[in-house]
Amino acid sequence: MVSTNLRKGIFARIKGSNTRSYTRLIGTLIAVLLALLLGGIVISIAGANPIEAYGVLLRGAFGSTYALSETLLRATPVLLAAIGLSISFRSNLTSIGAEGQIIIGGITSCLAGLLLPTFIPAIVRIVLIMFFGFLGGALYGIIPGFLKAKWNISETIVTIMSNYVAINVLSYLLNGPMKEVDSFYPQSAQLDDALWLPVFIKNTRLHIGLFIALAFVVIYYFFMFRLPIGFKIRAVGYNASAAEYAGVKVSASIVLAMALSGGMAGLAGTMEVFGVHHRLYNDFAAGFGFDAIAVALLGRLHPVGIVVASIFFAALQVGSGAMQRAVQVPTTIVYIIQGLLIMFVCMDKLLSNTIQQLSLKYREKKRGA
Amino acid sequence: MDVDNSMNDVPVIDMRHITKRFGTFEANSDISLDVYCGEIHALLGENGAGKSTLMNVLYGLYKPDEGEIYLHGNKISFSSPADAINNRIGMIHQHFMLIPTLTVVENIILMSKTTSKFHLNLKTECDRLTEIIQKYGFKIDLMATVSDLSVGEQQKVEILKMLYRDAEVLIMDEPTAVLSPNEVEELFIILREIVDDGCAVIFISHKLWEVMRISDRATILRDGKKVTTVNTADCSKEDLANMMVGREITLHYEKPEIEIGEPMLQLENVCLNSDDGISVLKNINLTVRQGEILGVAGVDGNGQQELADVIHGMRKVSSGTVKVAGSDTTNCSPQTAIDCGLAHIPEDRHKRGSILEFTVAENIAMINVDKAPFTHKGIYYPQNAQKVAHRLKEEFNIRCNSVNAEMNTLSGGNQQKVILAREIYRNPKLLIAAQPSRGLDIGATESIQQLLIDKRTEGMAILLISSDLDEVLAISDRVIVLYEGEIQGEFIPGEKTFTEIGLMMTGSSSEERNSTRHGVH
Repeated sequence: MVSTNLRKGIFARIKGSNTRSYTRLIGTLIAVLLALLLGGIVISIAGANPIEAYGVLLRGAFGSTYALSETLLRATPVLLAAIGLSISFRSNLTSIGAEGQIIIGGITSCLAGLLLPTFIPAIVRIVLIMFFGFLGGALYGIIPGFLKAKWNISETIVTIMSNYVAINVLSYLLNGPMKEVDSFYPQSAQLDDALWLPVFIKNTRLHIGLFIALAFVVIYYFFMFRLPIGFKIRAVGYNASAAEYAGVKVSASIVLAMALSGGMAGLAGTMEVFGVHHRLYNDFAAGFGFDAIAVALLGRLHPVGIVVASIFFAALQVGSGAMQRAVQVPTTIVYIIQGLLIMFVCMDKLLSNTIQQLSLKYREKKRGA
Repeated sequence: MDVDNSMNDVPVIDMRHITKRFGTFEANSDISLDVYCGEIHALLGENGAGKSTLMNVLYGLYKPDEGEIYLHGNKISFSSPADAINNRIGMIHQHFMLIPTLTVVENIILMSKTTSKFHLNLKTECDRLTEIIQKYGFKIDLMATVSDLSVGEQQKVEILKMLYRDAEVLIMDEPTAVLSPNEVEELFIILREIVDDGCAVIFISHKLWEVMRISDRATILRDGKKVTTVNTADCSKEDLANMMVGREITLHYEKPEIEIGEPMLQLENVCLNSDDGISVLKNINLTVRQGEILGVAGVDGNGQQELADVIHGMRKVSSGTVKVAGSDTTNCSPQTAIDCGLAHIPEDRHKRGSILEFTVAENIAMINVDKAPFTHKGIYYPQNAQKVAHRLKEEFNIRCNSVNAEMNTLSGGNQQKVILAREIYRNPKLLIAAQPSRGLDIGATESIQQLLIDKRTEGMAILLISSDLDEVLAISDRVIVLYEGEIQGEFIPGEKTFTEIGLMMTGSSSEERNSTRHGVH
């Protein structure tokens, strides 16, 4: 049993399950509490009152319509990429490649936005742009998927390295072929404003990408749990040789999982470009692909869990600015909390077991008394 | 040392009123066990009877909730296996704890007390080991790499390791499960010599004949409680079986005569080479027809798994043809074989047969998930899988909390029943049953074997692959013996003696046997 657990990665072990989801939820909540607690100690070392600091952080993230909209805006691409990653993780593929796939999706969709002839109606162009963004990310995900399926080359290593390739391709394009004419900065030309994703709350930046991301949450659930192909992907993730024995084409399932995973990341990149920046520039992915890994982990690959986790992560990051201004705690504290969080989430089983044992002992003591 | 005298001494191990709970579940309740030097004490019981728990308590892996352990009359409390080892108790697990890339001597001195703490001199250690080897008549090359050894030899390395550590009490957890009949004989001779030398052996088993054959006394456990301790010589096999199961059991089956029908599996000149070019299956020709069980006997690892894989389409043959239910499925995909009417109960129910993290219902739906009743118009309906699972749960008497329980919450026997149910309810034309009762208790084994016979009588063609010779002989209509990927011969159960079959299983043809006999005389 132990060896099986070790063989499967951390992502395989945290996959959601029906029977013990209650204890797993408890484990996750304890992990969050512990991370916030330790974070509080760090904040007080930094010279502020942790309760006050957290209060400011909370208000900075949810305290006003604008704050809330910024939090949701920040959560959107991470949510979409995390949903995509969950497909790979459920297939026992430890992909670290969302960042690169977001970038490639951003590039392909931006190219489509710049090159599609303007006589095509804007709405059709937007759909095509989304398609190209998805396609770009998907193709970029298929490469490690194919290498894994065909020659069992580690998808983890390939995706990590392909992130750097994507970053440098973007940098080359923005300093060369795609650079805005007469611009000082390495950035692309601005996109046709008919193609911008509409903002649905006035005086904010929150665009309809949020609903697209939420739609994909539903699609993810349906795909994974109500389509035979999702069933097969999950089967491959838990036990590839049993799946093969049951007639599943394991290689095809691996490639498909990586393609869908990359496609959703590519779409996340598309939404950043067309919803927020309206042009391509060097840092537009801003580490969303890495946040997505943490969010998928924290959300235990469960659709609802991922939604909550993505908002939680975004809130920490958005609220940290307010915290820095109000109580002079550096924003980087938030990254310490995020790091602690991942650490505790990885040991959630231990945490929930400890709690169960403690409560059992407490009850026995009570009975004894 | 005289056995009778030592039996009157203080017992070397005296476990008194041991109770061990896991949560609310009592794995051991009030079990007492005394073991004397100079005896082989069998610990007999079905799976889940508490044998392993009791031994893990003795070995320091678990702390008992109640009860005491005395060693030579002194009360002890072990907090880890290291304590047990220091007190000269050694345990040999079912799965050997050896490092395959190291040599025999390196494996043995690892974690043992060597002559000097700071300087490792393999030669001195070898000399010490050679003494032990000669004393007990082992045949083993100390400089051989463990991965080159057979399973039987690896087990000897484990025993040697314990003797080198000066173990006085040797706990062996189902030591014969992986051995050929001849290797079992060798093991028994060694064990007898060890106890004659004043050690004690605790022998965990659920095989009756070997308990009868080797042990002096036997303690029988059932459902976490001790039934009794008996002198083995005073009991019959049936007595032991009844005490172990708690009811009368049949060890024989009625097999009604029926018409043999069409061939459902035909293998012609099938050869298979492994990835590194070693020939794993050599010229296999066999046919299984409707209404018959063809048994494949042999020691594990002689091509049985590969044979099943080739039929299932999991591995590509190097030459030859495979036909399932009349259609040529040579080198087809597993799905094609399944579509042709193949069902397969794989040897490894955890690695191949089921997905432990899936629910029982999902495990039932796993095969043909994209077909009715599980999928309608492209959409998978979990409730349909649950319905089917529920029906099978009743029909096959699968014990689980619900069909939505994860597979890994079920006991081994019930997991096997889920797989069996899934493969049989589809009404396949051909069933491969590989080690269908491995690791199951007598009750579950009996019901699974009976089910296979019933299905055969209904006209199913069954290929039974098993390294348990008793099982093969009890339910097969015909038997072939596989050794190093080659069929050694075919016979009808009852035609050949155990010894003859044992020799076939180790590849000694009758001619070779004659020549060695001449050599001896």
